[in-house]
Amino acid sequence: MRFRKRQRLVVIGLATLLLGGAAALILVALEDTIAFFISPSEVAAGELEPGRNFRVGGLVVDGSIERLEDGTVRFALTDTAHDVTVVYKGILPDLFREGQGIVAQGTLDNGMVFQASEILAKHDENYMPKEVADALKQAGYWQHAGEGYEGETE
Amino acid sequence: MIVELGHFALVVALGLAIVQGTLPLFGAQRNDLTLMRLGNTTALAQFGCITISFAALTWAYVTSDFSVINVYQNSHDAKPMIYKISGVWGNHEGSLVLWVWILAICGAAVAWWGRNLPLPFKARALAIQGLIGVAFLLFLLLTSNPFERLDPAPLEGRGLNPILQDPGLAFHPPMLYLGYVGLSVTFAFAMAALIEGRVDASWARWVRPWTLAAWVALTAGIALGSWWAYYELGWGGWWFWDPVENASFMPWLAATALLHSAIVVEKRDTLKAWTILLAIVAFSLSLLGTFLVRSGVLTSVHAFAVDPDRGTFILYMLILSIGGALALFAWRAPMMQPGGAFAPVSREGGLLLNNLLLATATATVLLGTLYPLAHEVLGGGKISVGPPFYNATFVPLMLPLLIAVPIGAMLAWKRGSVLSAVGRLKIAMAATLATAILTYTLLDAATLGAAFGFALAAWLVFGALDDLRAKTGLLQMPLPRVWQRLKGLPASAFAVSIAHSGLGIMIVGMISTSVLQTERILAMQPGETTRIGSYDVHLASIGDVEGPNWMAVRAVFETSQNGRHVADIVSEKRFYPVEGQSTTQVGLHTSFWRDLYFVLGDQTPDGAWAVRLYINPMAAWLWWGVGIMSFGGLVSLFDRRLRVGAPTTATAHRGGKAEPEAPVAAPGTPGAPGAKAGA
Repeated sequence: MRFRKRQRLVVIGLATLLLGGAAALILVALEDTIAFFISPSEVAAGELEPGRNFRVGGLVVDGSIERLEDGTVRFALTDTAHDVTVVYKGILPDLFREGQGIVAQGTLDNGMVFQASEILAKHDENYMPKEVADALKQAGYWQHAGEGYEGETE
Repeated sequence: MIVELGHFALVVALGLAIVQGTLPLFGAQRNDLTLMRLGNTTALAQFGCITISFAALTWAYVTSDFSVINVYQNSHDAKPMIYKISGVWGNHEGSLVLWVWILAICGAAVAWWGRNLPLPFKARALAIQGLIGVAFLLFLLLTSNPFERLDPAPLEGRGLNPILQDPGLAFHPPMLYLGYVGLSVTFAFAMAALIEGRVDASWARWVRPWTLAAWVALTAGIALGSWWAYYELGWGGWWFWDPVENASFMPWLAATALLHSAIVVEKRDTLKAWTILLAIVAFSLSLLGTFLVRSGVLTSVHAFAVDPDRGTFILYMLILSIGGALALFAWRAPMMQPGGAFAPVSREGGLLLNNLLLATATATVLLGTLYPLAHEVLGGGKISVGPPFYNATFVPLMLPLLIAVPIGAMLAWKRGSVLSAVGRLKIAMAATLATAILTYTLLDAATLGAAFGFALAAWLVFGALDDLRAKTGLLQMPLPRVWQRLKGLPASAFAVSIAHSGLGIMIVGMISTSVLQTERILAMQPGETTRIGSYDVHLASIGDVEGPNWMAVRAVFETSQNGRHVADIVSEKRFYPVEGQSTTQVGLHTSFWRDLYFVLGDQTPDGAWAVRLYINPMAAWLWWGVGIMSFGGLVSLFDRRLRVGAPTTATAHRGGKAEPEAPVAAPGTPGAPGAKAGA
């Protein structure tokens, strides 16, 4: 019986140690690695800290896409109230185009230009990234994206 | 007409599922043979009905019957036949039909091959499966009917999202669902055992083939999805810690833990409550995965249905099933007899450590996946949790696990010694050390971390081989003896070595692609030549081509190394006019040591093309490693001792208690089924 108790104690000790360690890892990681979602209006308000990791979402402004010779792309992202300039070097996702809702991940530089390390667009163009839709709603502008069949049958 | 038949068959299946979910349960309680046998009949009949239903929907897709809303929305006449068929499950409603069909297949498989199971146990397990079927069929019929008609019928459909028109993705959902739903069998067996209040070695032996089969399918399904993301998205990576990816990865982690803890139940009759809990958790995570993907609560790059009603339905289903299962567990688990004791350092202890680490890792993934949701609901604003989080939490938890694998496999049952286990791994240790030194000195780009990673992978591969060497006595005994012992080894011994070495090979691919990857982004004029690594890449031609339902810009990169032609690598940007979308076709050239991975971008104003060139060293190892790991699972599945349906030869065992350590010489005693039936 003593053997069984000791066995249980060891297991519980090990589990506690593991869970504690994991909890510590998670807390530290959450502090450092999460990216807050911001809107172009929040960038314009100028209260955001440059260098921190953010995600900014909005619609790609018509006619704003500039392709530079070294493969860099520069475009404006809008929530219809304010615009933010985004610079990205790389291949854009297939669904990237003017008027499309997209999310850019990266950091703000000191000139409040968003240096994107990643551009995300939805696989399915009928749906807008949820954050973008919410940002547009907040800016007081909402256009239903795509025509679902609900509209056609009802 | 055929479509209505499909709809009708689905309704009949619901009726059958209700019968299957209730009467056999009462029958088992009252020891009524007729009611218990009803479980078999209804499971087989339900399988028949849903097969008709699935076939009817497939028929509607194949014949492009656009009077069915689902077909109109997701198909098009000009689509190649394979994508008309895979289009059946390339959408919300159709993928649910696939889900319930696979569930029915599993139910029928238990009814058909589970003849050695004691009748009351089988009746209860089938009843639980029936209840899961009721929930999903209700969900399907009430919120996501795939057979709804559209009047008047449009002339042409809206087509399938072109990114889904790909062979890899045609087979990814069926495999993944086979894994998800396969875990429902494990779950049903756990519930049945809880109702009976009895878990023993024979239970572990019944449940193991189902867990293994589900695990193999889940592994293959995740790998197919990851492989697809690798060559289709053109982002150069193979795993993005996307919520939908996590949704499939969490059940996999839990199933992997379950696979290992079930061994302890089987061999040593202990860790029983924990194993039952894992079976519940694994299937609950499958359900949660379905909820996350189907409800669209999480922002993901590939969640395709955003419908709050459906989300609410699945949420209630989730609460009811997981809550019910956990309540039953809390009530019955304390009544289970404690099993054999073991020292902390023993095979049991090693497997327990494996379980603790896997469970904690699952918890971190779960937390990372749900944290953004909780953060937003609690008013903390929108956030995203990305790869850095998982690199900082999941990876450190995996390291001790991987280091422990070869040692754990060498420990003795009950009471072992790390020193003696390590002592028997001298060859593996030497090989590991050699790998570490070689990679560190030979590779320019290798850091200490990378060398450590490769050494870890080598430790797994050589440890697994050394384990097999020790079991056969190679290098210690004369060769004829070794051959004798090799022939006598059970398939599961090979399975362990195969699966663990596959894991190591996979890790080689993971580390090399993430640490040693070379990337170049540039704009190239047609006819221009550039250099990446030791390769000269010449943009030989770029022009328009046309496919069955797409138009594309196609670039041909003539690639050579030291003046020797390697390959003409073709990258495309396709445009699908029906769907109004474009996709990327990565130019991929795979060899043993590296993948050349070329992506074509947009044209710049001066006529050049943006291109992204990658060299992914040893990328193929990743897929081969996963394949080998799954193959290990398959080998274990065909171990005669574990096959529930194996012909029973040793009838003398009837009525006897199953030995914890079944001798190899007595096949066909899968848990001595007579033991329970007679009791």
